[in-house]
Amino acid sequence: MNTQFFAAWIQEIASAVRAQRDHLTQLDAAIGDADHGANLDRGFAAAGEALAGASPQTPGALLVLVGSTLIRKVGGASGPLYGTAFREMGKLLGDTAEVSPGRLADALNAALSGVQRLGAAAEGDKTMVDALAPAVRALARAVQEGLKTEEALDAAAAAAEEGAKATIPLQARKGRASYLGPRSVGHEDPGAASTALILGALRAAGSR
Amino acid sequence: MKKLINGVDAVVTDALRGIAAAHPSLRVDVENKVVFRAQAPRPGKVGLVSGGGSGHEPLHAGFVGYGMLDAACPGEVFTSPVPDQLIEATKGADGGAGVLHIVKNYTGDVLNFEMAAELSGDEGVEVASVLVNDDVAVQDSLYTAGRRGTGATLFVEKIAGALAETGAPLAEVARVAKEVNDRSRSFGVALTPSTVPAAGKPTFELGDTEIELGIGIHGEPGRTRAPHREAREIARIAMDAINDDLPLSGETLVLVNGMGGTPLLELYIVFAEVAAYLAEKGATPVRSLVGNYVTSLDMQGFSVTTCSLTDELTRLWDAPVETPALRWGR
Repeated sequence: MNTQFFAAWIQEIASAVRAQRDHLTQLDAAIGDADHGANLDRGFAAAGEALAGASPQTPGALLVLVGSTLIRKVGGASGPLYGTAFREMGKLLGDTAEVSPGRLADALNAALSGVQRLGAAAEGDKTMVDALAPAVRALARAVQEGLKTEEALDAAAAAAEEGAKATIPLQARKGRASYLGPRSVGHEDPGAASTALILGALRAAGSR
Repeated sequence: MKKLINGVDAVVTDALRGIAAAHPSLRVDVENKVVFRAQAPRPGKVGLVSGGGSGHEPLHAGFVGYGMLDAACPGEVFTSPVPDQLIEATKGADGGAGVLHIVKNYTGDVLNFEMAAELSGDEGVEVASVLVNDDVAVQDSLYTAGRRGTGATLFVEKIAGALAETGAPLAEVARVAKEVNDRSRSFGVALTPSTVPAAGKPTFELGDTEIELGIGIHGEPGRTRAPHREAREIARIAMDAINDDLPLSGETLVLVNGMGGTPLLELYIVFAEVAAYLAEKGATPVRSLVGNYVTSLDMQGFSVTTCSLTDELTRLWDAPVETPALRWGR
């Protein structure tokens, strides 16, 4: 997976977020403050513009630029959290020109650590971590089992989707939904849902 | 839902252009979304910077001016500002004596302010932060994001702002800000939900005979839903929640705050009940404020905030202030 692949990933994310903007906002309206779709749409549109302007030469530089743009443009909790996730991935990849699935698994793991360091969320708290952590595990397992890149990305995307759906019965313990206490039960977490979209876009980039 | 807007994506910048045109005492950087005092920074004075999502007006931009904030950063509607804005505000408010960040306790606000404080520190500005978390409706435990910052934000900005105006050092201004927060408690009630412009419809549904108890300021649903009833009983629910958390006594500063869609007439009805409740508990509302100060767009409802005063806090509350939304003694 080269710089072009990661640029395609960001494009796929931007169009998935644009298509699901209202859906994400409605999920957020149920247990948060109804701004998640609009914020991510603004952020990934800005990330696309930043990439067009700067044309980074390595996957690492590209991901750091995406992360910095998200931190600068999105606001809320999702800006720093997603921004940190992409920056951590980029920093781990360094100057690598061609990223193997194993290396991508390491990068996603760095993203997860960054998100948890900043947001202090554990699995089961009904946050984006509930989609990201199983995706990281699924990707690492797929690499161990020697699956092809496409299959490995597919496994990661499927695990993220499953993780997002699994937040529905949970009571939120972090983020704005935690204010609702038991009333947060019965709703999919919008952050987990958008993380599943982002991992789904990774699969889409792989099958381009 | 009808809104007086030109387009959902321009809500904040269009409002900032209005603030700039209406208040020559302010300098508004529309592009970076920062509202400064026209004369900021003042050399030797600690700068006060706050910010948060838009939709809570007059908080925070309406409190920029003599005796209160030096700069405010409005984010998108109900979305915290981004670090770039906060860094711009922090540098522009620094008169060489450091800057106090006044942060409402929401995950997004905390994260963005933390990043901005770190980066401003790298650029040589000394930054201290105070977290406002006065809302008793949220259990403060490992299992929530902690209590929200609501009405006490106004008290912190006013009182810390008055102290900063005297030339007090950063540590002192931060200490008094924290003291105000520690002595303050709030509880909010909604009669109707609010409508975020980009969402176009109310954030939650509420029947004609229902109210939401324990709401925050972002149109989020509260802790529980209850049948609607007389103002006297609703005020009692709010005051009981506050009094259970921090027993009311002595000289008290009281804010009965409208959420944006409730007439002043009704807020005064609530205030009368709040005053009667305080008298029952042996507390006296020696200073008070009634009106729309920390709002949630077009929501109908109110919040009540109390602060147990000391002589120092009363003196600082009474000190002159001159901002678009709060003005006395000057």
